[in-house]
Order: sequence, then structure tokens, then C-alpha cells
Amino acid sequence: MILVWLILIPFIGGLLCWQAERFGEQPPRWIALGTMLLELALVLGVWWHGDYGLNAAQGASDWVLEWRAAWIPRFGIEVHLALDGLSLIMIALTGLLGVLAVVCSWHEISRRIGFFHLNLLWILGGVVGVFLAIDLFLFFFFWEMMLVPMYFLIALWGHSGSTGNTRIQAATKFFIYTQASGLLMLVAILGLVFAHHAATGEYSFSYEALRHTAQNELSPQMAWWLMLGFFIAFAVKMPVVPLHGWLPDAHAQAPTAGSVDLAGILLKTAAYGMLRFALPLFPEASQAFAPVAMGLGILGIFYGAILACGQHDLKRLVAYSSISHMGFVLIGIYSGTELALQGVVVLMVAHAFSASGLFIISGQLYERLHTRDMRLMGGLWGRIKGLPGIALCFVAASMGIPGTANFVGEFLVLFGTFDTWPWVVVVASGGFVLAAIYSLFIMQRVYFGPAKEDTPLGGLDGREIVMMLGLLALVLWVGLYPGPLLHTSEAAMQNVERIMTLEETPAMPEETP
Amino acid sequence: MTSLLALSPLILVCATAIVVMLTIAWRRCYDLTATLTVIGLNLALAAQLLAWWQAPLDVTLLMTVDGLSIFGGVLILVATLACATLGHAYLEGARGPREEYYLLLLCAAAGGIALVSSRHLASLFFSLELLSMPLYGMLAYTYRERGALEAGVKYMVLSAAASAFLLFGMALLYARTGHLDFAGLGEALASAGSDGWLLAGMGMMLIGLGFKLSIVPFHLWTPDVYEGSPAPAATFLASASKVAVLIVLLRLLQSAPATQDAWFHSLLAVLAFVTMLAGNLLALMQQDLKRLLGYSSIAHFGYLLVALVINEGLAVETAGIYLVTYVLTTLGAFGVVTLLSSPYGGADASRLHHYRGLFWRRPYLTAVLTVMMLSLAGIPLTAGFIGKFYIVAVGVEASRWWLVGAVVAGSAIGLFYYLRVMVTLFLPEPGMQRRDATTDWAQRAGGVVVLALAALVVLLGVYPAPMIDWVRLMAAT
Repeated sequence: MILVWLILIPFIGGLLCWQAERFGEQPPRWIALGTMLLELALVLGVWWHGDYGLNAAQGASDWVLEWRAAWIPRFGIEVHLALDGLSLIMIALTGLLGVLAVVCSWHEISRRIGFFHLNLLWILGGVVGVFLAIDLFLFFFFWEMMLVPMYFLIALWGHSGSTGNTRIQAATKFFIYTQASGLLMLVAILGLVFAHHAATGEYSFSYEALRHTAQNELSPQMAWWLMLGFFIAFAVKMPVVPLHGWLPDAHAQAPTAGSVDLAGILLKTAAYGMLRFALPLFPEASQAFAPVAMGLGILGIFYGAILACGQHDLKRLVAYSSISHMGFVLIGIYSGTELALQGVVVLMVAHAFSASGLFIISGQLYERLHTRDMRLMGGLWGRIKGLPGIALCFVAASMGIPGTANFVGEFLVLFGTFDTWPWVVVVASGGFVLAAIYSLFIMQRVYFGPAKEDTPLGGLDGREIVMMLGLLALVLWVGLYPGPLLHTSEAAMQNVERIMTLEETPAMPEETP
Repeated sequence: MTSLLALSPLILVCATAIVVMLTIAWRRCYDLTATLTVIGLNLALAAQLLAWWQAPLDVTLLMTVDGLSIFGGVLILVATLACATLGHAYLEGARGPREEYYLLLLCAAAGGIALVSSRHLASLFFSLELLSMPLYGMLAYTYRERGALEAGVKYMVLSAAASAFLLFGMALLYARTGHLDFAGLGEALASAGSDGWLLAGMGMMLIGLGFKLSIVPFHLWTPDVYEGSPAPAATFLASASKVAVLIVLLRLLQSAPATQDAWFHSLLAVLAFVTMLAGNLLALMQQDLKRLLGYSSIAHFGYLLVALVINEGLAVETAGIYLVTYVLTTLGAFGVVTLLSSPYGGADASRLHHYRGLFWRRPYLTAVLTVMMLSLAGIPLTAGFIGKFYIVAVGVEASRWWLVGAVVAGSAIGLFYYLRVMVTLFLPEPGMQRRDATTDWAQRAGGVVVLALAALVVLLGVYPAPMIDWVRLMAAT
């Protein structure tokens, strides 16, 4: 039942925020904050009580917690929620970033506060739903549903670019990209369901049943096409390079809280989807697809990094760097070794921290300078108290300096992939050089160099300091002691590896150079 | 007696029409007329239950009462009730006679109910005309408006041409087979094999019915008529009239399995494909909400045609579900337009800029329209999603990948203009001239109807099981 509450709390909180607006500006903010803190506390409570490392050894059930109820009996659709180590980490991340998103928009949003928080919390609720649902219909339901509030967030509270109308264009682009690719996933899901129907005579959207069908009943060609349907949907959200068109615009125009949600958790739903659905449902097809995915990953790493170097808009730069980081995630996912998969989990968490940190910093700079154009910045080191130092830490984290969480994640991904794909690792490592370049660009252009003006800008207030230092502490904690995180996701990742390697033996020799 | 009971909804609607006519002749009283109409329609709706106990039953050679006809009858009556309620507020400001609107509405509803239960080409033609004729009057009801008059005349002329095609097609079929009832016709077609005259006859009938459903390439009247006509009449045209015609088309296709002739079949598939894409593409740049809804309804009937083309497995259920979601959503969307345009005073508030910033003035009304747009776009949490899900499912089940591809592409294109409408509602208003709903809209009957529709759309989107069960029950008999 607690799983249901995890989903319901943000939705209810959102409605309360909306209605609380009539009592003034502050109540919606406090209610939103309280809701997300409650959510976070619940997740941490669940984490504290369960043991997530042991399940693989027991072998019987993969899920620590499970909840199901009939929903649409006609098609055997159930409200089927389940939690394992991977979803737990993701939900905890959602709760944490939800708190951050509420806090960082405390002063930024001054119009229609109630409606803003309604959208913000509904996104988070939808994301939690995505992480918990293992009925494919329910998964798709949440997957599509969370786009609507995100659309409103960008379209209504976004920053307009130079040509006035762009935030709506960005939001529309985001929505159409993700929705259309989502429909492809729906087609793939239905293809799977009807294959199941043909084999057993009954409809079901259940994960277990469909996994069984997918591995036993499908012709390889069919499996390939269905896998592609899933992959494209996830690849758009992730984003993988040829399908990334919406991301820079959406990030550049979104309000800070929107960017934090987008980079921190919406992108992670894609990686989660691959780990939970695309790979386990179609291990053979995924294995055959791995070389392509690796190629796309490398392309993403370099494309994102090179374009990041050329940006003037701070948020666009961070957005492109996200594409680059997601390239590593993609490589890690498709290498299929436990080490690399563990690295993927850490990297997702680390990227959520570092990218949200950087986006929040851009938001804070925007509040003070009313621009995100780096050409108009420069010499801020002496003008803002506190912020530049913190920014340096997050930039270092994004670069993957040892001691930060990103280092652990990237190192594990590359280390785990090296065995089977040494050349991929060699080439991908080149991405670090570019990462260093764009990261140093940020520091150089924003904080050093000649100052445009000498007047000091307002320093960080208590809210901002607590928020940034807290986030920084998490980055360092995961960077220095990733043990608890790795332990939590261990069982889930072992499962994925087991599924991948069952079919791996015959397929691999031709592909290893 | 059982036959009378089975036909009681139709009889009640006709009786109400006569009563309303006599009342108008006796004394003009707007509120009385409206009340009588609503009471009559509600009685007819309740009488569907009586009809359900008798079903399935063939009443004479012309009519049949079965699940499908009751399903269609309920949808038509609900749509008519909504149109009557919405029309009440709308016409309050109209000059000239206002009571006859209800008379026309009732006649059209009777035509629709007769159409869904016809099983004979004669009753098909008769009831189709009974459905269309009053519509000419309704569409041109505010005839002082140039657009309305144009809409009425345009619909009348084109509709007459389409009827001519329909008649010609029937004549050809009769000449070759000697049957006018659907069942006999179906058997004759099955045994006749491929015959040029029969194909021509079926093709001409398809033109006639396709015109009413505004299937591309017979869609040219739709946007103009939607745009020009008074909102309640457009609502009826978009909901009840289309439901009735689609159901009779479904019945025709079902009773004549030989129409699954390869040639005819691929023709239908091509029409569905073109309709989906053209409807959505043409809607992209519209600046008028009613026009946009017109194009969007073209696209939606393209999706529905997918179910008709496949015509096996889940197809009937899909058509039923999609019709329910489409009717609810269309009623809601047009309802909001009607509320904003009532009471009548000049052309309807249908330009998109009328809706700029509506959210900051009328948040709940905007919420309704937003829900309807999301539902038309097929986004989860709304009934439209269930409909879209069914359409994709039926396409995947039959492995018609081209049609599925067109559904996906059409939906993606469709998002663009639905989102445009949605975001317009929320944009800060620039202080241009605007129309607004009356302040007490939510307490008025029309407002209640619209709010209830929105609630229903969300409810069925979240928990569609009752709707699915009902449609299956209806499809089973």
C-alpha cells in the first residue's frame, strides 16, 4: 500500500497547492515543500527497512514490495506496482530533486504559484509512477501523463528567448518528440500483447507474462522491431543523438525547477526504461543491437561535448553536456556487465546531482544578472560571495574529478565495458578531454577574466547555501563512499546482467574485435 | 406490443416533437418549450431501457432493435440533450422565433434514432433525410449572420448532391440484386462476385455516406459549415449526426461481409489513411477554433475508419469505444465554445484570439476545454486516450502497419494544434476585444452539462472498465 501512497502523495499535494493559492503566496510553497519532504521521508523509510542486496540470492522474487489491483479486466490490465533496488534509488532521487525543485523556485516563480506547484508535483508523481509501474499499460500511462505538466511548466513559466515566442515552441517540440515516440512504444507494447494473446489466448500487460512471451514466442525479426519501438521511445527521452533535438531548447527555455526535473529525473526515466524493459524483454535483440547502441553512445559523447564547447548560453551548455553524459550511460547499459550497470546507476545519480547543481547555479546567476549569456558575464568571482566556489565544485563534479560521484560512475562504466568492448572504451575516454574543456570554459567565461562591472551582486542567502551545500555533500558522499548505493542496486543489476548474458555466449565472439 | 416497446424511444421523441409543435402553435413560451423538449428526451433515454429488454428484435422489414441501435440511440439522445441544454442559454439573446430550434432538434434526433436501427435501404434513406433536413434549418438558424446562412445553404446543396449519389448507388444495387434489405443485399453481394455495376453502386453509396462523415475527399464542406453555423447546431452536427451515420455504415459493412471485397476494402483503407493525414495537416494552421475542431473531426473519423476497415476481432468494440469518447469530448469542446458565445449576439466567439488568457478569467471553464483538447489528442488521464489505445490495438492486432503508422503520424501532427489551442488559453491576455461567458455560467444548465462532461471524460480515462463493459454488452447482442 505504501507504493500507492508514494504515487498519490505528490498528486494530492499538487491539488492542495493549487487550492491553497487563494490563501496567499506562501502556502502553496510550504505545502509543496512539505509534500516532497514527506515523499522523501517515506522513501528513506522504505530504504531503511528493506534489504536490497539479498534478493538475487533468494532467487524467488525480484521485488521487495509489490502491490496489485485489477484495473481494466478486459485486457488483463492491472495496477501493478513493484519496487526493487533500482526503482528505490530512482524514487529517492525523485524525492530529493523534488525538494530541490521546490526550494530553488522559491523566489523565481511569482505568478500563479499554486498552478506552478500543481504542475511540478504532478510531474514528480508521474515520474514516481513510471519508476514503480511494472504493468506495461500502467507504465505507458504514467510515461505519457508526466509530459503534460512538464509542457505547461515550460510553456507558461519558461524564459522566452530572443524571438519572443520560443518557450512555447520549445515546449511544443518537447511534447511532440516525446509523445510521438511514446506512441511507437505503445505500438510495440501492443505487438507484444497480441503475440502473447496468440500464444496463450488471453490478454495481459503484466511484465512477467510478457517477458516470458517475448523470450519464447517471438520470431527474431519481430523481437527486433518491437525492441526498436521501445528503444526509440527511450532514446528520445534520454536523449540519444539523432533524436535529441528537443533537449537544448527545452532546457534553455524551462524555468530552473523545470530544468532540474528534466535533467535530474525525466532523462533518467529513459535509462530506467531501458534497464527495466527494453533489455530484459528483448535480451537477444538488444545484444544484437548493442554495436549500434555503442556507436550512438560514442556519437552522443562527442557530439554533446563538442557542441557544449561552442555555446554562449549557460543552460544550453549544461544541456549539451547532459547529452554527452548520457552517452556514457547508454554505453554502460548496452555493455551488459554487472560492473558497468552498477556504474550506470551511480552515473545517473551523479549526473542528476551535478546537472541540477549547475542548472540551479544558472538560475541563481539569472536572478542576479538577468541573463544567461556567458559573453555578458565574466569576472564574477569577486562580485558574488560564495556562489563561484560552489560552482567550481559542481563543474569539477561534472568533469568527473576523482572524489566526486561522477568519477565513480564513469570509471565503473568504462571499467565494466573494457572487457568486452575495449575500443569503445578507448574512444569514449577521449570524451573526458572535451568534458574538461567545456567545464573549464564555464569557469573561465563566467567567473574569471575581466569584470564587466565592479558593483558587487547579492551573495547567497541561507536557503541557497543550505541547498547547494547539501547537494555538494551528496556528490562527495557518493563519490567517496558509494558502497550503500551500489549495495542497493546490486541485486537488480545482477538480474539484468543475468538476463543479458544468457544469450550473450553465442552472440559475442563475432562482435568482439 | 413488444415491437412498440422496442421502438418506444423513437416514438417518444416523435411524440415530443408533435407536442412541442402544438405548444408553439398554442402559445410561444421559450422556457416551456425547452423544458418539454428536455423532458421528452429524458423519457426517451429511459425508454432505451425498455427497448433493451426487447432486444434483439426485428420490427417490420425496415427496422431492427439490437445492441448496436440502442448504443447509437443512447449516444444520440445524450448528444441531443446536451445540444438542447446548450442551445437554451445560447438562444436567449436571439431575436425572432427561438422555439422552433427545439422542434428541429427533436426531428433530427428522431431521424438519427431511426437511422441507427434501420436494416433496409428505404428506411436508411428516409431517416438519413429526416436527420439532414432539420439540420439545414438549424445550421442557418441565426440567418442574420452571413456565416450561418452560408453554412446552411452550403450544407443543403452539398447534402442534396450526396443524397443523389446515395440514391443512385441504391438503385444500382437494387437493379443488380433485387434486394433492399441489408441482409438480403449482403447475401446477394456475396454470391454475385465481382461485378462492375455492384462496385459502382457501393462506391456511390460510400460517397453519399462519406459526405455525411466528412471523409476526405468529401470533406470540403466541414470547416466552413462548422465555422459559420451557430455553436449548438454545429455541436449536433459534429456529434449526433455523425454517430448515427457511422453506426449505419458499420451495420452495412457488417451485414454485407462480401463488401470485404479486396478492391472495396483497399479503397476504404486508402480513404482512412488519407483522411487521417489530411484532416490533421489541414488543421495545423487554423486560426478559428470551430474550424479547427472541424478538421480535427475529419481526422477522428479517419481513425474510426481504421476500425471499420479492419472489421474483425476488436473492431466493433473499438468503434463503439471510440464513438463514446469522441462524442463526450466533442460535446465538451463545442460546449465551451457555446458557453462563451452565449447569449447569442453576433458571430460566435470562435477565433482563437478570443480565447487568449481565458484561464486567468475563467479557470474552470478553461480546465474543461483543456481536458477536452487533451482528450482529443489522446493523452492519458482522459477518455480520448482509451479510444486512441483501442485504435492502435485494433491496427496492431490485424497487423495493418500502414494504418497504424498513419494513426501514429496523425496523432503526432494533431498534438501540434491541440497544444496551440491549449497554450493560447493560458497566455497572458493582451487586452484585445474578447467575448466572455456570463459570470454565473457554472450554475446554469449549460455550465453544469459541460462540467459533467469534463468529469466524465477524466473518470473514463482513469477507470474505463464500466465503459468497456457497456460497449461489449451492446456489441454482443
